[in-house]
Amino acid sequence: MEKDFEIIDHTADVGIIAYGTSISQTFANAAKALFSLITELDNVEEVLHRDIELVAPDQESLLIAWLNELIYLFDTENVIFKRFEITKLDNTRLKARSYGEKVNSSKHKLKTGVKAATYHMLRIDKANVCKAQVLFDI
Amino acid sequence: MPIPWQGVLKKIDNYRWEIPQSYKAGMSVPGLIFASESMLGHIWEEQVFQQVANVAFLPGIVGHSLAMPDIHWGYGFPIGGVAATRVKDGVVSPGGVGFDINCGVRLLRTNLTEEEVRLKIEQLVAALFINVPSGLGSEGKIRVNEKELEKVLTKGSRWALEKGYGEAEDITATEESGCLKGADPDKVSSKAKKRGIPQLGTLGSGNHFLEVEVVDEIYDRDAAAVMGINDVGQVLLLVHTGSRGFGHEVCTDYVRLLGEAVKRYGISLPDRQLACAPVQSPEGQDYLAAMSCAANYAWTNRQCIAHWVRESFIRVFGKSLRELGMEQIYDVCHNIAKIEEHTIDGKKHTLCVHRKGATRAFPAAHPDIPDIYQNIGQPVLIPGDMGRCSYIALGTELAMKESFGSTCHGAGRVQSRSAAKRSLRGADVAKALAAKGIKVKTGSIGSLAEEASEAYKDVSEVVDITDKAGISHKVARAIPIGVIKG
Repeated sequence: MEKDFEIIDHTADVGIIAYGTSISQTFANAAKALFSLITELDNVEEVLHRDIELVAPDQESLLIAWLNELIYLFDTENVIFKRFEITKLDNTRLKARSYGEKVNSSKHKLKTGVKAATYHMLRIDKANVCKAQVLFDI
Repeated sequence: MPIPWQGVLKKIDNYRWEIPQSYKAGMSVPGLIFASESMLGHIWEEQVFQQVANVAFLPGIVGHSLAMPDIHWGYGFPIGGVAATRVKDGVVSPGGVGFDINCGVRLLRTNLTEEEVRLKIEQLVAALFINVPSGLGSEGKIRVNEKELEKVLTKGSRWALEKGYGEAEDITATEESGCLKGADPDKVSSKAKKRGIPQLGTLGSGNHFLEVEVVDEIYDRDAAAVMGINDVGQVLLLVHTGSRGFGHEVCTDYVRLLGEAVKRYGISLPDRQLACAPVQSPEGQDYLAAMSCAANYAWTNRQCIAHWVRESFIRVFGKSLRELGMEQIYDVCHNIAKIEEHTIDGKKHTLCVHRKGATRAFPAAHPDIPDIYQNIGQPVLIPGDMGRCSYIALGTELAMKESFGSTCHGAGRVQSRSAAKRSLRGADVAKALAAKGIKVKTGSIGSLAEEASEAYKDVSEVVDITDKAGISHKVARAIPIGVIKG
């Protein structure tokens, strides 16, 4: 895999395309892309973790729910995550452990506030390389 | 060179372009774009027509799927879009309101002149920056528990007034008197409440700001005088913010819930972000009850912020509030869905009017506008980007006839945030603004480039179109001299 994700330009908002050899890795890379919009991940250490379990009617909804759950945790607990272990993932269910640390203003420069992940232009491709495209409202 | 939209758009006049219903199978009504010919190129490139056409799929939509001249590509709904649906058999769509529910603008007047304020602009901007929490991850000074938050959600601006924030007159000078009826905190998730509690009384980040501005042109002296704007050189203060993480979570929750409702009600949509439910259905009613909570949160937020703004002015200028004459001209929301009465072809209808990046623009004598504005019409506040100017306009009869009493809300982006960042550096933007006599203070210098003038359409062109098309009436223009960016 050459890259984990790329950022796509959008006039009012910002999008990401996450890649992976599996759908789990793609979900993890989408989360990494999200937090890379918020801050430089190089400066983030893995000092805490949060477990997330989600259910959604389909895989696309699951991806949006996953990203929105992480935005919620950032907003309410001030946690930046940098590594994601997806332990279970099918079309309707996700189990994951996310690692990161609390925002420390002397160490972390926050770049962009992300309001939510949207369904607009949402795409999941599962060819040789898995690909997921998500547009965020920022 | 062939004009790409030839054969697609029907020119009505110099400011009106119709997207015929035949453009896309499934449209229930045609689209209508308010724009000049020179703006169409950009609108075309962005494929906003597609989004205007997609909105025309919403069940129960009436009139046109409308686009204001500041339109730009959104997620699902275009930003700068207006869609009215019949309450009896139409739908309500959270995407037609957006994530920042009741994002809006509040304008205060002062008796101060540009000369007086320029002398102390450094101190003023510093005081505003300290007194009004701003920036990503900032927490408010207001401490509320969940029970108290529920009072905020049901009372709106009045909660703030009862706690000592602001003046009684502020309430009447606020759209809906700062409180949408039907707000029910039980329809709001605990997650939304958890996001909302620490963020009450914060400006936020992104395009939210405080702006100290100076009136530099008055187009309608009589109307301006009614608003307390008497002279060129008079200083005004503009607040632009919304419902913060609380509103974002309400929208997130209901896009998901209504996404499931779409299947139950057999609604077919071209874009999942347009998720909707019949206005009269339990899901639709629940969304409106939760959305009203977020609207009330936003009004409380602006009410508290305006109070700290006044405190800052009192301290810096050593004058009383009365001496400063810091009265509220008006407060409008530009991301909302409202149940309103409108007349179509001579017949009265109760409609759910979605305004996403559009401002209500009710005319004189409308029962929903304050007594003081009964003779002139509802003030419309249109902020531009921080390097250009802002406008004060009025609602008109024609807006009632053509745009469900709506007009534009701002400049509208033309450049993505990352493109703006690539071509500009925050420090250079601050320097360029300083050279123009604009003092900027921000917690994040990098984000300054995202909001530079170059990233926006010229708000003057946008406002001129709405004025010439007749859906709002220009009253005055103000230029910034001090800006606080989140």
